Amino acid sequence: MNKKSRSILESNALYTLIAIVIGFLVGAILLLMIGDNPGVVYSTLLDGVFGKPKFIVYSIIYACPLILTGLSVAFSFKTGVFNIGAEGQFVVGSLAACVVGIFVDVPAPIHILLCLLAATGAGVIWGGIVGFLKIKKGINEVLSYIMFNWIAFYLSNYVVNLEAVHRTGGGEATKDILDSAHMSVPLWITALTKCTDSNWGILIAIGAAVLVWFIMEKTTLGFQLRAVGYSKTAAEYAGISSNRIFMISMMISGALAGLGGATQVMGMGGRISQFAAQEQYGFQGITVALIGASNPVGCIFAGLFYGAMKYGGNKLTIINVPSEVINIIMGTIIVFIAISHVFKALLTRGKGGNN
Amino acid sequence: MAKKSNQDASQIVIQMKDIVKKFGDFTANDHINLTVHKGEVHAILGENGAGKSTLMNVLYGMYHQTSGSIEIDGREVDIDSPQKAISLGIGMVHQHFMLVQPFTVTENIILGMEPMKGMVVDIPTARKQIMELSDKYNLKVDPDAKVEDISVGMQQRVEILKVLYRGANILILDEPTASLTPQEITELMEIIQNMTADGKSVILITHKLKEIKMAADNCTIIRRGKYIDTVNVEETSEDELASMMVGRKVNFNVEKKEQQPGDVVLEVKDLRAKDYRGVEILKGLNLKVRKGEIVGLAGVDGNGQSELVEILTGLAKAESGEVLMGGENVVNKSPKYIFEKGITSIPEDRQKHGLVLDFTVAENLVLQNFEKEPFAKKGILQKDQISAHATELIKEFDIRPVGCETRLAGQLSGGNQQKVIIAREVTNDSELLIAFNPTRGLDVGAIEFVHKYLVQQRDKNRAILLVSFELDEIMGLSDIIDVIFDGQVVGSMEGKNADENTLGFMMAGGHKDE
Repeated sequence: MNKKSRSILESNALYTLIAIVIGFLVGAILLLMIGDNPGVVYSTLLDGVFGKPKFIVYSIIYACPLILTGLSVAFSFKTGVFNIGAEGQFVVGSLAACVVGIFVDVPAPIHILLCLLAATGAGVIWGGIVGFLKIKKGINEVLSYIMFNWIAFYLSNYVVNLEAVHRTGGGEATKDILDSAHMSVPLWITALTKCTDSNWGILIAIGAAVLVWFIMEKTTLGFQLRAVGYSKTAAEYAGISSNRIFMISMMISGALAGLGGATQVMGMGGRISQFAAQEQYGFQGITVALIGASNPVGCIFAGLFYGAMKYGGNKLTIINVPSEVINIIMGTIIVFIAISHVFKALLTRGKGGNN
Repeated sequence: MAKKSNQDASQIVIQMKDIVKKFGDFTANDHINLTVHKGEVHAILGENGAGKSTLMNVLYGMYHQTSGSIEIDGREVDIDSPQKAISLGIGMVHQHFMLVQPFTVTENIILGMEPMKGMVVDIPTARKQIMELSDKYNLKVDPDAKVEDISVGMQQRVEILKVLYRGANILILDEPTASLTPQEITELMEIIQNMTADGKSVILITHKLKEIKMAADNCTIIRRGKYIDTVNVEETSEDELASMMVGRKVNFNVEKKEQQPGDVVLEVKDLRAKDYRGVEILKGLNLKVRKGEIVGLAGVDGNGQSELVEILTGLAKAESGEVLMGGENVVNKSPKYIFEKGITSIPEDRQKHGLVLDFTVAENLVLQNFEKEPFAKKGILQKDQISAHATELIKEFDIRPVGCETRLAGQLSGGNQQKVIIAREVTNDSELLIAFNPTRGLDVGAIEFVHKYLVQQRDKNRAILLVSFELDEIMGLSDIIDVIFDGQVVGSMEGKNADENTLGFMMAGGHKDE
């Protein structure tokens, strides 16, 4: 077997694509079982994403928070931590951005910057507390992450219902953030895309991905993060403090998820509604990180894919197909990515290995 | 040791013919033949990366040969998985342990073939069987200890037990003695003898010529993937074996010039520490290492060496006592602080502590110095500098394969992994270099290399603390030999005056003047 075909067989991208194809196949089987024509459903889905420029713009808008929570989870994976708390960090991030967006009255560029900083800071604190508990008290981070997701959930609902924050008139939500805090695009772009929710949040997501890549690959901090992620024992032997690295990793990871929350409030919603259930942005970030193989660029594509699926999936209700089929497809993809090393072993069996 | 030679030519158990194994363009095994008889100890000799492990992995079903055939008990077989190999009665003990760290010894041994009692795993019965096996072969394992808590030596014995528990008739032992003490090696040789007397066959992969002479009947030599010869061990000298393996004459004696040691660099005073069970393992240890000398710490595994080295490198904490580095007490400081104070070390477990296996060779070579100029400027890694540094060291230390800067450290052979660590540690220019079993699992060529570098560092006036379970290594290299027993240094002598008997006596707990 020549080198080229081997490197393709060993690359993760191939197995991700296989998993995506299998995900759609399984979705098709399920659609057949409930009496729907997969061809019609999938063409509706495609049309829902690519049918009009506006749809594409919406898919990108949907992708933006997912790319950021995906980066958050991917960043933690690289250091051997599983940030299942991106959900909570996302919530406190959006809450902080929302509160600053409502109450601070400064000119637009400064206001936006303040909101983003507040959201990032909130995410850092939320992730940092869990890091502190892990390092100082030896509490497993997965447990505290999950608990902090719920603390964030109820904290958000509490703040939303404060008299000063709650909107007057109808709706269980906060007041709208000031116009100066909106990440709105110039009117000519809105006119072009015919999408009133157009915003430049995607630039933040891409910027964050580049920053994550830069930190991981180019800086001494990234060197330490990766060393601890690959081998905590060897890193410690070389004098790298794994506790310090865990703490930094969990704070940066929190910052990214918090930033995701900000883009959601400042780009799309403009307010926070009272939650009835967790919004799942953080958990969907886990999916994005897995599909993107914890690679920053991979996360951008995986986030765009998931964003498109979410947005396009909404259109399925028009043809009376439950949009949950999207969740099934995404779930199947994750299962097959998780077991992709089995395919890999089967396909490269006896053809490789180290001596 | 009496050698048994009850081979019977009609009783061939393994016949490997013209085995070729290619990895891409690289040929790891190039037409290799191997014949093993019933009740034979057959040694396979070759340098690191010569293709011994590949050949054995083919036999054990981990890889499939590109061409060639294998016959077991006269029948041609296709061994396509380790399960198949096990069903054919082949068992393998790997050089790098394949144990589940948080599991107990018993759990590790029964993993994959757990005895059941209804719906639950019958641990008591398994435990009893393991105890019986352990007693029978004198392997002395604690069935209830967690693997992560036991010494490297005991982990090796657990691996051997694992194979015995599966009732193998043909045992492949890949470097089985690499981490055993001289006494344990003698015991293992007895186990091997019992097994061959029982009609089992043993394939012994080892670099240690002495052990081949001691235990093996025949020896097959492989060099750079090619079959060289199969010889009768009785009729072949160690020198002949070594030169067949390396392809040139090997110098066994370490050349070392007389040198006057300088000031004291490291002084350990009354050091006390507990092990993982909370039992006192260092009981007031005292030690001095001066500039320009090699102090060898001789002793049997488990007398406090691991704990001492962990404390000296900052990985573990002492209960009391002092570690004076240039007059400053660095006991219980962080590994980084201690490194900055001038202590570097070649760790015992190169895969766990020495290297980040998923990092490239170049990255591993700057594992401690990545933050310093020229490898980083203002927090940004200077990839060009890191790569150039690697290229230089790879050349200087002959790390193979050539051009391995961007390869992952985990893809190198054991000997070359060790070269990466040595290249890194000796270029650190620290005042004190601690070498803990620096030649564990290495072939004679690589051992010669490591020893040469240690002596060279001594000649450059560095202080060296050599902690080793290999008495030959200690005696060959050390200027001063300290003997550690039961957490204390119980005796000290000059290297040139040392004799094996006195050292052995002290290592077993006797006193020099008795």
